[in-house]
Amino acid sequence: MEPERLPAIRVEKLQKRFGEVEAVRGVDFDVQIGETFGFLGPNGAGKSTTINMLCTLLRPTGGRAKVAGFDVVAERNDVRREIGLVFQDTTLDTYLSAAQNLRFHGQLYGVPSDRLEVRMRQVLELVGLWDRRDKDVDTFSGGMKRRLEIARGLLHSPRVLFLDEPTVGLDPQTRASIWEYLDELRHQENLTIFVTTHYMDEAEHCDRIAIMDAGKIVALDTPQALKAAIGTDRIRLEIDDAAAAAAAVKRQFGLEASTVGGALVLQVSDGEHFVPKLLADLGVPVRSVNVTRPTLDDVFMNFTGRTIRDAESAPGSEIPGMFRTRRVTR
Amino acid sequence: MTTTVQPPLPVAPVERPPSGLAGDFRAAAVVCHRELLRWTKDRRRLLAGLVQPLLWLFVLGTGLSRVVSVGSENVDFRTFLFPGVLATSVMFTSVFAGVSVVWDREFGFLREMLVAPIRRTSIMAGKCFGGAIVATAQAVVLLALAGLCGVPYSPVLMLELLAILFLASLSLTAFGLLLGAKVANIQSVMPVIQTVITPMMFLSGALYPTSGLPTWLAFATKVNPVTYAVNPLRQVVFSHVDLTAEAALVINPQLTWNGWAVPFVVQLMILTVLGLVTFAVAVHRFSATE
Repeated sequence: MEPERLPAIRVEKLQKRFGEVEAVRGVDFDVQIGETFGFLGPNGAGKSTTINMLCTLLRPTGGRAKVAGFDVVAERNDVRREIGLVFQDTTLDTYLSAAQNLRFHGQLYGVPSDRLEVRMRQVLELVGLWDRRDKDVDTFSGGMKRRLEIARGLLHSPRVLFLDEPTVGLDPQTRASIWEYLDELRHQENLTIFVTTHYMDEAEHCDRIAIMDAGKIVALDTPQALKAAIGTDRIRLEIDDAAAAAAAVKRQFGLEASTVGGALVLQVSDGEHFVPKLLADLGVPVRSVNVTRPTLDDVFMNFTGRTIRDAESAPGSEIPGMFRTRRVTR
Repeated sequence: MTTTVQPPLPVAPVERPPSGLAGDFRAAAVVCHRELLRWTKDRRRLLAGLVQPLLWLFVLGTGLSRVVSVGSENVDFRTFLFPGVLATSVMFTSVFAGVSVVWDREFGFLREMLVAPIRRTSIMAGKCFGGAIVATAQAVVLLALAGLCGVPYSPVLMLELLAILFLASLSLTAFGLLLGAKVANIQSVMPVIQTVITPMMFLSGALYPTSGLPTWLAFATKVNPVTYAVNPLRQVVFSHVDLTAEAALVINPQLTWNGWAVPFVVQLMILTVLGLVTFAVAVHRFSATE
């Protein structure tokens, strides 16, 4: 078996059930070597459950998954040797210095001591923490801790780096700099990155993204292709009787319009030129007009029928999420 | 050192040897090393670990020595107390070192260890040896005060004491790990220590002689594992201190089961076996919870 020739990650009909709750309901995908693959979805969609199964922290209740050519159940330790992990919650020893944390990790993963110091310097310089290597971690800010965890995740030269919500809880500047590091990494090491996020703008950094909702993958493609698929600009009209207007749009232009929160929403290929025509022919008073180019938010909306924020505030969306962090840490 | 512009990082995949038995030992050594690092960094813990035994020895010991008469001759109560306080000291330090796994879990670091390509047994063994080394090292400070308690600085005695203390520390750290596996969060740690460890200290004969106890108390002492650390320590101390037979009966009585005098070696074997069983159960508990 030649792991190099295989996809970095191969997932077939993967399932996870927690008692009554079906957190992941049979997902399939491949991630190629060197690819940055994003998992997008609201909290509770099953992203973390999936990542935990791929990292061998949770045992699937159905299906199979291979990471770096190894089966996540049967060859657990081989998988662990080949992956780096950055979790949502910090897993640093805050009583130790940055260097001590890295040294501990390197030794635990069997990095030879003559290579360890060189490699530590490389990864610390990459995340801009080389100067702070001897400072105790409890003096670090949230962003610095996350950068240190990324450095640590890379220390043992993993084939696949898993990042579970690597930027959650960080300010926009820090988020941006973390993505800079990640982008740099992809070019320098032939690294496969698997990242989960519920920030749409971050998904733009990925080569391909999978949109997950209620335990299933509802779309999987490049961000460009996904946006192109819904294809069009979005026009939003604040209007008194949106339902009647929707019927009128259908009658006059043959377009399907929907009503979202009392507003009329329709999708056309060339929104800016279509609006004047629409307003002239519709013949009802319009309070405001908004034309937007498609974003991943729209992609998400298109595939799930709601915005990612709606999905997160939906009742019950937290149930599988309960299992996300604490249960698997024991 | 040159500080020119970094060229793109050379792709430096680190070749790692396959894991095996050597890997298991290495992993345990790494975890153990962390325990020691944390201990040397935490001066307060070091100091706190010494305050209690010093109070026992020099405040309680001195205070009580005037009301306690041991046999007909004048045996310093502190001499009697010395091995008991050594045992108490390693008990608290070891159990606490084991229970610290609750902190590791709470602050996420346990996860860093659990996701590494190493055995749970290595992690637990590393924590055990780390805790035992820390506890024994703290006891060395107390050993240095032996002279003030009328215990001679015989090298043989010191080595015997250290060996027994280390063995006891290993078993007690394993016990702490087992408690840590059961305790859900940091808030519950202190109550557990209070309800489990304090009785074990009082029922071990560390602070009073076990001769002539009422039946229920004598029984409780004999089923208490800590007794099998305290009693051997006291036996080696009094093998280096001259006592009349009369005094020895009172303050260093034979440990008996239903009339059978339990040999010194058997006492240490009980300590070892209990430690190994506790360790195995603790490892199992950590493996079972994934």
